[in-house]
Amino acid sequence: MKNFLVFCGALFLLFSTAIHADSSDPTTPSSSMEAMLVELTKVSLKKSLPVLKKIEHESSEEMLPLFSTLLSGNLYYLKSDRSLLARVKQDGKTEYRPLFDSPTANNALTLSKRDVKKVKVNNKLRKYLRGAIARIQLTSKDIAKRQAAVRSLLSSLDSDTIEHIHQLRSQEKNSSVKNMMDVALNLYSAENATSDVARVSAIRHLEGSLENDVRNLLTKLTKDGQSEPVRQAALSALKSIDQQVNRYALVDQLFFGLSLGSVLLLASIGLAITFGVMGVINMAHGEMIMLGAYTTYVVQLLMPNHIDYSIWVAIPAAFLVSGLMGVAIERGVIRHLHGRPLETLLATFGISLILQQLVRSIFSPLNRQVSTPSWMSGSVEINPVLSLTLNRLYILAFALLVFFALLFILKKTSLGLNVRAVSQNRNMARAMGVKTAWVDAMTFGLGSGIAGIAGVALSQLTNVGPNLGQAYIIDSFMVVVFGGVGNLFGTLVAAFSLGIATKFLEPVTGAVLAAITVLIFIILFIQKRPKGLFPQKGRAAE
Amino acid sequence: MKMKTLVSSIALAGATLVAFNVQAADTIKVGVLHSLSGTMAISETTLKDTVLMMVEEQNKKGGLLGKQLEAVVVDPASNWPLFAEKGRELLTQEKVDVIFGSWTSVSRKSVLPVLEELNGLMFYPVQYEGEESSKNVFYTGAAPNQQAIPAVNYLKDELEVERWVLAGTDYVYPRTTNKILEAYLKANGVAEEDIMINYTPFGHSDWQSIVSDIKKFGSEGKKTAVVSTINGDANVPFYKELGNQGISAEDIPVVAFSVGEEELSGLDTSPLVGHLAAWNYFQSVESDANEEFITQWKAFTKNPDRVTNDPMEATYIGFKMWANAVTDAGTTDVDAVEQAMIGQETANLTGGTAVMNKNHHLSKPVLIGEIQDDGQFEVVWETEGVVPGDAWSDFLPGSMDLISDWTAPIKCGNYNTKTTSCSGQNY
Repeated sequence: MKNFLVFCGALFLLFSTAIHADSSDPTTPSSSMEAMLVELTKVSLKKSLPVLKKIEHESSEEMLPLFSTLLSGNLYYLKSDRSLLARVKQDGKTEYRPLFDSPTANNALTLSKRDVKKVKVNNKLRKYLRGAIARIQLTSKDIAKRQAAVRSLLSSLDSDTIEHIHQLRSQEKNSSVKNMMDVALNLYSAENATSDVARVSAIRHLEGSLENDVRNLLTKLTKDGQSEPVRQAALSALKSIDQQVNRYALVDQLFFGLSLGSVLLLASIGLAITFGVMGVINMAHGEMIMLGAYTTYVVQLLMPNHIDYSIWVAIPAAFLVSGLMGVAIERGVIRHLHGRPLETLLATFGISLILQQLVRSIFSPLNRQVSTPSWMSGSVEINPVLSLTLNRLYILAFALLVFFALLFILKKTSLGLNVRAVSQNRNMARAMGVKTAWVDAMTFGLGSGIAGIAGVALSQLTNVGPNLGQAYIIDSFMVVVFGGVGNLFGTLVAAFSLGIATKFLEPVTGAVLAAITVLIFIILFIQKRPKGLFPQKGRAAE
Repeated sequence: MKMKTLVSSIALAGATLVAFNVQAADTIKVGVLHSLSGTMAISETTLKDTVLMMVEEQNKKGGLLGKQLEAVVVDPASNWPLFAEKGRELLTQEKVDVIFGSWTSVSRKSVLPVLEELNGLMFYPVQYEGEESSKNVFYTGAAPNQQAIPAVNYLKDELEVERWVLAGTDYVYPRTTNKILEAYLKANGVAEEDIMINYTPFGHSDWQSIVSDIKKFGSEGKKTAVVSTINGDANVPFYKELGNQGISAEDIPVVAFSVGEEELSGLDTSPLVGHLAAWNYFQSVESDANEEFITQWKAFTKNPDRVTNDPMEATYIGFKMWANAVTDAGTTDVDAVEQAMIGQETANLTGGTAVMNKNHHLSKPVLIGEIQDDGQFEVVWETEGVVPGDAWSDFLPGSMDLISDWTAPIKCGNYNTKTTSCSGQNY
């Protein structure tokens, strides 16, 4: 308690000096602080930790910019007078500002890279800095920041921090922050309280928490030399937590499966049209996906300052590029090979090689960087053990959207009607006045265009390089054949069931064996039911 | 523009062909056996360009032994058996004096019998799993004790890591390296349940469940690190998934043996800051030789954004040593050059000196770097002095007693010190 009073006193003093200094010069640190800051620029990486600890000990909120700038690796110093600078990247330019100036002030220094030197930081320091920032932010005005601060302190609780949290707990108004603080307090007393009764009651309170640190502590308490009541309480708390964790793990796995399924669906849905409906074995399908991914890259090159919106431009652009390429391939090559599947297969395989080499010559064999828009990065955290990554979530929704849009086109538009007519009976359709050549080109263009859209989505998940398409062509055929050629719903079901099956197998067998197992299953399945899950019925099937 | 360069490069190729016919007699031929198409093109084209740059530079200095150097480039197209065929073509038809080439271990293993049969000479510039030492090959990349073992020591001692995930692509290099690491960790008292081993196919792109397994494995109270021998393309989605699932380097650091500046240049590295890589060279190392090399490289490729990497330095060292050895031997004869190579010293790009040892492996410093948000590495740890490359691992039961020594009287790539005999295996 005495410690705490001293700490408060120091805090008060610092505050008052800070406020006092405010009137003359906004944020100049005191002279002893200044000496420590200079020391920070002089010591080697190994010795910065004690210096930082000293700085934290003797300061409070005003050093937040120092810690956060150092954490992000943007802390530099001027070689000439060792004053600290923050590196700011804005609109593609890099500038350096004095560290303790407010970020809005327009006082960027005109410095070249040679005038400044970076204050180095490594994992150990970063870990400490996060803790330091959390300790400062315990008193932040922002509720989310306060909660995050308590949470990140869970793994490094000591008596000082606990006392501080205890103090703050009585003033805290927000209930979720309060809960988090309770977890911290219980966590501490579950391990350190002197009486068994207090420990057991703390453990009881921890029962509902899914926090990792709670689970770790409870696991520890079930082991060596704990008193029996504590051990029993920990065991039962752990059991109920584990039950919940396992339930969420199942949800997690299901989500992974759906997500893989959505990728398979996107990759194969275009093929479901060209191969499924038209019957053309298009080995260049993968390259249509690749073209779509490269279109995304080019679009991002053209609008470097609007990456967040680039996706919305890239989707129609990729549809057009791949679609037009598809029409060109159909008009130029495939229609001349009508009814000769083996030649079509070889010709389209040739086209796929040509397209790959073309991309290699234009964009180099190196992979291209496609940035992820900020709204697609990160994850939604539902609770400490279950978080869904945003990009996967969007792609899942997008795949379903594309699927139903395509279904709508085939079922409700005149193009769709023509496509179905031609695929069911070409001669009869022609006799009825359908321009089969035009329909063929449009269908192939549609299938290829959708592959292009898949490329946009895949560019967010995997490498954009000349070999992108090859990675997906086998999977695409697998899905279409498994689902039943000519049946869009079959493709949907096949994609998701293969995705989920793979993801449930993977933890048991490993990724390599999971892929093999799925392939063997499909081979056996095709032996039994050559027409896939949902075979086409009626005369059209013959 | 692109069309124009294409046309001009065809013209250039034609011109070299003509030139080759005219002056074939008085050049020293340098074969380049790197894939220019297929999966490995991404990594290997860089090394082809490096060799071309070195040849050009050597020619500006007046060539070797009074002759000009001439590069003969072939494309084995990431097709492993084709490496043997193209190697044979280089040695029998083109009659090259030396070959710089290969990246994956399987391609090296493919060309090796050809080299030994026709007594060729090859420089192999990539970090690899060891367990090999051929008379006809000089290994200028890192052996496991020059990369994997120091990296694990760093994690163990500096970051106090207690649980280990060994994640790799499913082929010979990761499998052998992980076998060595597993033996090493167990010898250091790490329990079986604290080691998780995971293999994925080449080009694996769906990392969700594996990353989530790693997260689970790492959240059980003990400090965990991932030792990654994931190769090539698969790294990008792997790191993306790490970032998306919110695994930061402070929680679970990943140390990679196959990720360098080149691999990161296709990636937004801000979520990866703090993850580690172990190499013998980083572009960010400050030294005069390195600065000169980087400037030369950017000028040669006419691209100010091109990065340099470790296998490039290994190619650089190999080429310099070969040029010195040829000068010392006064001939390009393979046996003479092979003997002259042993003991060669040349300045490396990080400010020290690389030495070619009797076992055809180099002595080099080992650096550990953290990824920065600009795609470069910052050195956070390095060995004191250089580490001699060890062809045969001391941690595997089969190779503990083996050494390689290509000087008289042993003259053997796998000499057993216990039975004092050479196994007779060719490599």
